[in-house]
Amino acid sequence: MSRLSYAEASTQAVAEEMARDPRVWALGEDLGRGGVFGQYKGLQERFGADRIVDTPISEATIMGAGVGAALTGTRPIVEMRFSDFALCAVDELVNQAAKARFMFGGQAKVPLVARQPIGMWRSSAAQHSQSLEAWYAHVPGLVVVCPATPADNKGLLKAAIRADDPVVYMEHKDLWPFEDEVPEDEDFIVPLGQARMAREGADVTVVAWSKMVHIALAAAEGDGPSLEVIDLRTLWPWDEEAVARSLAKTGRLLVAQEAVRAVGFGAEVVATMAERMGRELKAPVRRLGAPRAPIGYAKPLEDLLRVTAEDIRAAAAEMCS
Amino acid sequence: MDTKRGEPVAEHGSNADVARLLAHYSTMTRIRAFEMAAEAAHKDGLVGGAIHLSIGQEAVASGVCANLDRADQITTTHRGHGHSLAKGAAASAMMLELFGRAGGVCGGKGGSMHIADFSVGMLGANGVVGAGMPIAVGAAHGAKIMGADRIVVCFFGDGAVNRGPFLEALNWAKIYDLDILFVCEHNDYASTTRTDSVTAGPGAAARAEAMGIEAAEIDGNDVEAVDAKAGELIERLRGGEGPFFLTARTYRLMGHTAADPGAYRTREEVAAAWQGDPIPRAAARLTELGVAESELSAIGEQASAEMAEAAARAAEAPAPDLAQAFSDIQDIGAPSHRGVGA
Repeated sequence: MSRLSYAEASTQAVAEEMARDPRVWALGEDLGRGGVFGQYKGLQERFGADRIVDTPISEATIMGAGVGAALTGTRPIVEMRFSDFALCAVDELVNQAAKARFMFGGQAKVPLVARQPIGMWRSSAAQHSQSLEAWYAHVPGLVVVCPATPADNKGLLKAAIRADDPVVYMEHKDLWPFEDEVPEDEDFIVPLGQARMAREGADVTVVAWSKMVHIALAAAEGDGPSLEVIDLRTLWPWDEEAVARSLAKTGRLLVAQEAVRAVGFGAEVVATMAERMGRELKAPVRRLGAPRAPIGYAKPLEDLLRVTAEDIRAAAAEMCS
Repeated sequence: MDTKRGEPVAEHGSNADVARLLAHYSTMTRIRAFEMAAEAAHKDGLVGGAIHLSIGQEAVASGVCANLDRADQITTTHRGHGHSLAKGAAASAMMLELFGRAGGVCGGKGGSMHIADFSVGMLGANGVVGAGMPIAVGAAHGAKIMGADRIVVCFFGDGAVNRGPFLEALNWAKIYDLDILFVCEHNDYASTTRTDSVTAGPGAAARAEAMGIEAAEIDGNDVEAVDAKAGELIERLRGGEGPFFLTARTYRLMGHTAADPGAYRTREEVAAAWQGDPIPRAAARLTELGVAESELSAIGEQASAEMAEAAARAAEAPAPDLAQAFSDIQDIGAPSHRGVGA
């Protein structure tokens, strides 16, 4: 084990996969200087500018060229810098990457990883702070991953690079410096589609992903109902069985997300479990998420949109009363 | 009077020239016959959705693709049947695809606008205008990374030149020095609007030239001119030069789709365009070179027969197995069949 930051863990993942497979390469803006968050540090020096490619600001072609290169035998890591900017490439991701394999009757696959950092960060305001994971989970053809820990940002990224599907890989910007233990084994992979039991508990199942996992764990430290925290890790496909097993024990489901609550991924989780297990639940399902407002610039405005540990504890207490 | 093949009667035109032009004539008549059969089937309700016929534009497909090896790759537009056939896709599998039947080259899952045959380097038609351009540069970029010898041709129309990805793809190809030939099939129309009425400046080629990409223009309905120019540029690509931009002036003799009556074009304009039809032009040229009318007729009849047979077979073919609706989607997270309130 080594102690690495979330960013460093991802750098290690990319380096290992590029060393292992000459077809893996990365393209995006400013990768040569390490990427805007330093997550590509040292990679261009090691692998060269032909495999760690600095691109112009051409989001549609960063993604579209990734599609073409993936269809024809390489395995690109497409760095979109901010998930908000990746919206300039939605046709290329949703109409092309997600559908090519199917439309062409399976003649080719699109083994690309679209890295699209999400989340509220440093008063980054409305166009640099969004969490749009629900959009992509809704699109057939895509795998959607939201790592929460350094170990997962190594293991899941390696798995995503090795997967033959187009993976929308959404790291949380606020987690880059977060340090924790990361396995050193070069074959350490975290399976896609498998949730992690982050903390066992008895009274309420709290389902979260990405940075919210840490907030849920903080909530679990406090007084009140015993919270069982599940880190989904992958949003599509999501580990329904893990949530079902937990609900069989607790009987209460609370989903907490940073994204806007309305029509967010939490709705998929609560609706599915209500359909499956509604009669056995001890309380109605619940979701916590941001109000349906653009993310304001001034810190007090931004903070109003945050789901806090207190919010989670309060909701859990209500569900148990 | 018939002239034996192998005895050129014109002062220009070697045996090789005649053979090559005859091959073009065959490809073009096959494309024409395919499109006519597809149109008839569409009218009869056997081909659903929208089909975009390349009638009148056959010389561009044939002229360019004759210079490509099987390993070379192309992308095309929503109007891609001609490019597919010219690149070597089987007409029978293509017709099955248009009819949405089992055995279609895409298993009946893509249809006309998403027709593709990766086994002959045809990386797909595309239902989004201009979307094939970034994909094409990506294919060329991937080839460069892997040190592969192949080249890429990106077919697009003048209707794409005001989309962002058009600009981005040209820029990208140039800055990375990619082995790609951009072929603009310039038929003057962006769907039902004259391109020049919505395009600022001198147009597509000037935009490429502004980025330092060498551009050429030819009569896209003169298959020999297309062949010669595309051949020259492709040879230079293989030698390490490029990228290049080739404008092939042509005309879409039918509507935007098979259902489009084309009221936005004058009868005079369309009639004049039929005068420039590349197929009779090639026939006239072959006659000049001493090829007998009977030989040309035979080629035409063979093409019609081939495509009539393909259509007849397709009409009788079964639909794809219903399980195909849920296959080739993704390895991880393949759909549960939880839909419709399951």
